[in-house]
Amino acid sequence: MKNFKYIFLGLILLAAQLAEAQNAKGKTGTFALTNANLVTITNGTISNATLIIADGKISALGKDVTVPEGAEVIDCTGLSVYPGMIEGGSRLGLSEVGSDARTRDYNEVGDVIPQMRALTAVNPNSVLIPVTRISGVTTALAVPDGSLFPGTAALVNLHGYTPDQMYAGFEAVVLNFPSTGKRGRWDSRSEEDIKKDAEKALKQLNDAWDKAVAYYRIDSAIRVKDSKKEMQYYPEMENLLPVVRGEKTLLVEVNAADDIKAAIDWVADKNIKVVFSGVSEGWRVAEKLAEAKIPVIAGPVLSIPNREYDRYDRSYANPGIMQKAGVKVAIKTADTENVRNLPYNAGFAATYGMGKEEALKAITIVPAEIFEVADQLGSLEKGKIANVFVADGDPFETETQVRHLFIQGWKIPLESRQTKLYDEFLEREPGLKK
Amino acid sequence: MKEYIAIVLLLLFSQAVQSQQKGTVLIKNGTVLTITKGTMEATDVLIKDGVISKIGKGLSTPKGAQTIDATGMYVMPGIIDAHSHIALDAVNEATSPVTAEVWTGDAINPLDVSIYRALAGGVTISHALHGSANAIGGQSETIKHRYGTVDPDALRMKEAPRTIKFALGENPTRVHGGGNGIVPRTRMGVEAVFRSSFSEARQYMKAWDEYNAGKSKKGYKGTAPQYDLRLETLADILKGDIIVHCHSYRADEIYMLMQVCKDFGIKKLVFQHVNEGFKVAPELAEFGAMASVFSDWWAYKFEVYYSTAYNATILHKNGVVTSINSDSGELIRHLYHEAAKTQKYGGLSDNDALSMITINPAKQLGIESRVGSIEEGKDGDIAIFKNHPLSIYTIPMMTIVDGVVEFDRENDPDDMRIYVDPKETIDVTLHGTGHAGDRCMQDAEFLFHE
Repeated sequence: MKNFKYIFLGLILLAAQLAEAQNAKGKTGTFALTNANLVTITNGTISNATLIIADGKISALGKDVTVPEGAEVIDCTGLSVYPGMIEGGSRLGLSEVGSDARTRDYNEVGDVIPQMRALTAVNPNSVLIPVTRISGVTTALAVPDGSLFPGTAALVNLHGYTPDQMYAGFEAVVLNFPSTGKRGRWDSRSEEDIKKDAEKALKQLNDAWDKAVAYYRIDSAIRVKDSKKEMQYYPEMENLLPVVRGEKTLLVEVNAADDIKAAIDWVADKNIKVVFSGVSEGWRVAEKLAEAKIPVIAGPVLSIPNREYDRYDRSYANPGIMQKAGVKVAIKTADTENVRNLPYNAGFAATYGMGKEEALKAITIVPAEIFEVADQLGSLEKGKIANVFVADGDPFETETQVRHLFIQGWKIPLESRQTKLYDEFLEREPGLKK
Repeated sequence: MKEYIAIVLLLLFSQAVQSQQKGTVLIKNGTVLTITKGTMEATDVLIKDGVISKIGKGLSTPKGAQTIDATGMYVMPGIIDAHSHIALDAVNEATSPVTAEVWTGDAINPLDVSIYRALAGGVTISHALHGSANAIGGQSETIKHRYGTVDPDALRMKEAPRTIKFALGENPTRVHGGGNGIVPRTRMGVEAVFRSSFSEARQYMKAWDEYNAGKSKKGYKGTAPQYDLRLETLADILKGDIIVHCHSYRADEIYMLMQVCKDFGIKKLVFQHVNEGFKVAPELAEFGAMASVFSDWWAYKFEVYYSTAYNATILHKNGVVTSINSDSGELIRHLYHEAAKTQKYGGLSDNDALSMITINPAKQLGIESRVGSIEEGKDGDIAIFKNHPLSIYTIPMMTIVDGVVEFDRENDPDDMRIYVDPKETIDVTLHGTGHAGDRCMQDAEFLFHE
């Protein structure tokens, strides 16, 4: 019997060790965050209130909320509760080590390949994911890149062990709108070649689109006639079809002012759902964007202005200028390993004209609206998915620490490989002498 | 004729002096973050002829001096970036694993608008480093951001000691072993390059010593050894006249270079990037090596995959003099924010965090007696911030170099390029993200093979 006890103890220890293999497990249940400052985003801030998480959802919040029996009570005195931050465009999960092609999965071969789905390539066990989420970023759009139509982006919550567990309910076909400018300092193409390349890319885009429209017409005709005929297997067009029909969003990556104008014209007569992403020169054409009623995901904010002669702080001010002109603006880092800097990209936008409140919306409710999941994410509201973090201060300030984290109602341990290395090496053993 | 030449030379000289102008300015009533001597509320700082001459309350304005009202604002030492490649026309001489003979000082571009952008982030000095393509790269230059001059020479900080760039790991092994099929292809090869280079330099020094000792003796038959700038430079490293700044990532290679330096008696050693420095922090502290790190960049290469944003804190708490650097024309604009991240990752005090972008990089460049803190007698290099410089809501308002206002947000024209290229098209660069802004491997990319 005694032996059995030891075996049992040993098994527990072994289990504990196995759990350490990646990260400590999340846990689910009913949680009550009490005495908290609730920053709801959509309904103001409620001080000294309670928020209940049950069945993965925010089941109640407010001043007069009774804590359900059996709930784990987390005293949040002096702490604030925020909805999880939403990254509007990254390679998170699609790339592990930047310089190593074997770990890059965002750039498939081909120019028009909307059938390449980011959701299938997101690695739920990427080391980058815990590093990101413990900063309060709970949801991210994983975006393929590299060609004209490089694939279909997917919104994922940053916890789960399969793509389906992570999927947050939004996909969009990506279009890298043909660029008329240089691609960077290293771009040594002549002006003529740049022009030729841009024309070629635009022609390629229009050809692809014409084909998609033709495909749509044939498809519609077949449906109307209720014929037994089937469309020939054509995955490229099959995946552009919902975009042409106006059912699925087209996520247009576009940055230079002229290109933004061209993109506005290009989508104008198409009657499709469109979001612009990047828009680093949106400030130059803010009125036009507002007029066209095209929402944007701006970023990275922490970047160099596009042109040598631009004011040094244009990229910081860009989201604020567009927002004040009436554009719906979300903010992205466009990063991979440092999506955790999303609050700082928003913080710089806040400081340089956007204001704290609008900048906070730009990484919570606004991207949720743009991604058509505002009924589930982006604010603290009853019935929404419990993506929530608790912080000891303003999340834009660097000294602020995240104290608790929930994703889809799971209480996530505040651990990543980076925190573990800190724990192991702050006081290394053996130290200097063995 | 001779007089005319003398006059012309004198004129040229006076112009050079003029381009390194020194200003007189009184900064009134700010919260002064001295870094080395605490924080002083409602205090004035007087810079006279480019040097901080007085710190105190209610100082009177000298005749003709500019007065700056810093009421409600924060006055801190000009920020120093120990790892940068701005204001350079060329970064890498990637033609040999050892190129100690070249010098970035020969490639300074005073017209680079990045200097102005750095000033707009409160940065007054940067270390114009050679790139990391070679195990022993070129010598570097410490520059003051005196924007507005067209004279490359005017940017040099003449008091700064000589420095040189070394590099370990993937960059030299990919360029030389991978690209050109010569040693080093591995970290073993990198060590061998250092050992053979320093051994050669020792022999070179010995040959010169023998010649110099013998040449005045009667009947000496020897001849002078052949002059070699590469070996001269390596010899100067052995003599302790040059500070080594070494690009590094993994703990094992960091440890390796310390062993090599111990064997050759090299003591002045600063590790750059040093992402895994935290793993050998006690060894770095014991050696007296310093560390200049990124606040949070990682995973852009395999050798920085096992990295942590807590690096700076661990190094600091182990007693290593640590700085936060940019290696980027973008990050250099908000090093105050990068330093602030040490409060997220490790809870450092305000003063410790700010030391990482002021006095600590000054120590690493060997210029701490001139800059890096607000003290009487030091250079008038100052940054003035709207809110506390570690707050996200701060805005750099004014940057002063040698008492001359080089950036003033209230009086900041849109286009701050010095020269406009008439042939340049109104042109746009697509946004690069993250580490794409890094110039460590500029001019050497073509040598990479997957």
